[in-house]
Amino acid sequence: MAALINVPAKAKRGDVIEIRTLTSHIMETGFRHTVEGKLVPRDIITSFTCRYNGAEVFRADLFPAIAANPYLSFFTVARESGKFEFEWIGDNGYSSTASASITVE
Amino acid sequence: MPTTRRQFLSLAGGVTAAGTIPIVTLRRLHATPAMLNTAIRNVVGEAPIRTGRVKLDIPPLVENGNTVPMMVSVASPMTADDHVKSIHIFNEKNPQPNIGNFYLGPSCGRAQVATRIRLADTQKVVAIARLSDDTFWQVAVDVVVTLAACTEEMN
Repeated sequence: MAALINVPAKAKRGDVIEIRTLTSHIMETGFRHTVEGKLVPRDIITSFTCRYNGAEVFRADLFPAIAANPYLSFFTVARESGKFEFEWIGDNGYSSTASASITVE
Repeated sequence: MPTTRRQFLSLAGGVTAAGTIPIVTLRRLHATPAMLNTAIRNVVGEAPIRTGRVKLDIPPLVENGNTVPMMVSVASPMTADDHVKSIHIFNEKNPQPNIGNFYLGPSCGRAQVATRIRLADTQKVVAIARLSDDTFWQVAVDVVVTLAACTEEMN
């Protein structure tokens, strides 16, 4: 499952750092029709969570109006070295995870 | 795992290899300003919504409604007793009024979120922020869309 995570490898304690994530997903809205007039069923990512050493720091509910291959950027305070864990959950039992490490001095 | 700028951009511009996409035809289907108000009230309840403090960066003129970059930021110190709890994005004329809900906290350090959205028509986009004192602040921006989302080639 292709996800791109952009987290600084190193930060000073107390720095506000930007985290950027991009995951590949069709994000089918459920509002489109085929030529035969059949509705194309909805298939989207509905929720995204970022945890920093186990504690949730950012969460998002996504709707069909989020573009394909959802991109999200947000900020967090670098408090301690450790791991960011990312989780995407969606329709039809979709689930994917990724993680990134950071060294805080 | 460091990500190069090239990889990041190539995936950003890429298409998922998730099978073939059915050819679709255009069929107009729109939310209404009344639905927008209902969606906003579902989040805000009866609380008054004040204008200000929220900034919504979105292109005023969009060529392709399928992927519109958007950034919301809120003027907030993001301390334990004065921070942004959540940011909610709405639109006026897509098939449904909700775009996204983002839940933040004092550990974010900065109240700023960016993503890419779809716009099916020229319309108003609204961002509402809920602060830790449970006040609501909003901003609305008009966006002109020349090529609407969900209007892929008709065969």
